Amino acid sequence: MSIVNKEIQELIDEKVKEAIDLKFNNWFEEKFKLLAEGRISDLESRIREKETRKKRFAVVASKGSMDMAYPPLILASTAAALDMEAAIFFTFYGLDIINRRKSAHLKVPSLANPAMPVPVPNFIGALPGMTAMATIMMKSWMNKAHVASVPDLLALCIESGVRLIGCQMTMDVMGVKKSDLIDGVEIGGAATFLDYAVEADIPMFV
Amino acid sequence: MSWVADIKLDCKGLSCPLPVIKTKKAIDGMKIGQVLEMIATDPGSMNDMAAWSHRTGQQIVEQREENGTFVFYIKKVK
Repeated sequence: MSIVNKEIQELIDEKVKEAIDLKFNNWFEEKFKLLAEGRISDLESRIREKETRKKRFAVVASKGSMDMAYPPLILASTAAALDMEAAIFFTFYGLDIINRRKSAHLKVPSLANPAMPVPVPNFIGALPGMTAMATIMMKSWMNKAHVASVPDLLALCIESGVRLIGCQMTMDVMGVKKSDLIDGVEIGGAATFLDYAVEADIPMFV
Repeated sequence: MSWVADIKLDCKGLSCPLPVIKTKKAIDGMKIGQVLEMIATDPGSMNDMAAWSHRTGQQIVEQREENGTFVFYIKKVK
């Protein structure tokens, strides 16, 4: 009789254990599924955001000669045409590019520029009037090739939504007022630019 | 297949980046399904237009070179 009782007890224990295991497994599976689904949808939305966000181009323009004004302006206006966001940060001599009196009259240096199409020895390049001459020559070549002028490219940039940011600190140092700059520019500092550039796919310094 | 253009854009004589920028501007002003004919003389425009199409997703349905000019048919698809 006691043997039978023992067998019944064992059977009951086994069944109870099975039932608890099943319940626990179901409970665990459900919790895990919820957790995993939450993580997956979170990751999916982050991927979607990254894929749909426009590509971004951020460039610093730090030089004020004509030849150094072109690369940032051409790249930024083209970036906008390629459905990217773009911003140019004009700092130090680069501020001249957006100076309303200077932007159309940027110069090409005749000194220490061994890449001039017509090579000029440095001692001749240093003579008075040589910078003006180099500038006139470069402008005539560019006209012949129908290259857009600096003011034209600035207008294209503004029209296509490129952010033009003038450096506040440079303005203070050089005594430049907001009214000295062309319309459509904003004023900001290093933090303004970095806040934009930190999300840039293409950051650049000219 | 020869495409009939809804809009024509003459970029002959223009240098980089103007053909690309003018094309973008023209496409922005068009309706989906319309076709733009762009003619350029800048030899770089062959590569540049391909890159532009790759980035913007607009479709170059035909391009050819004829005596020194490059002719593109671009369909606005989005």
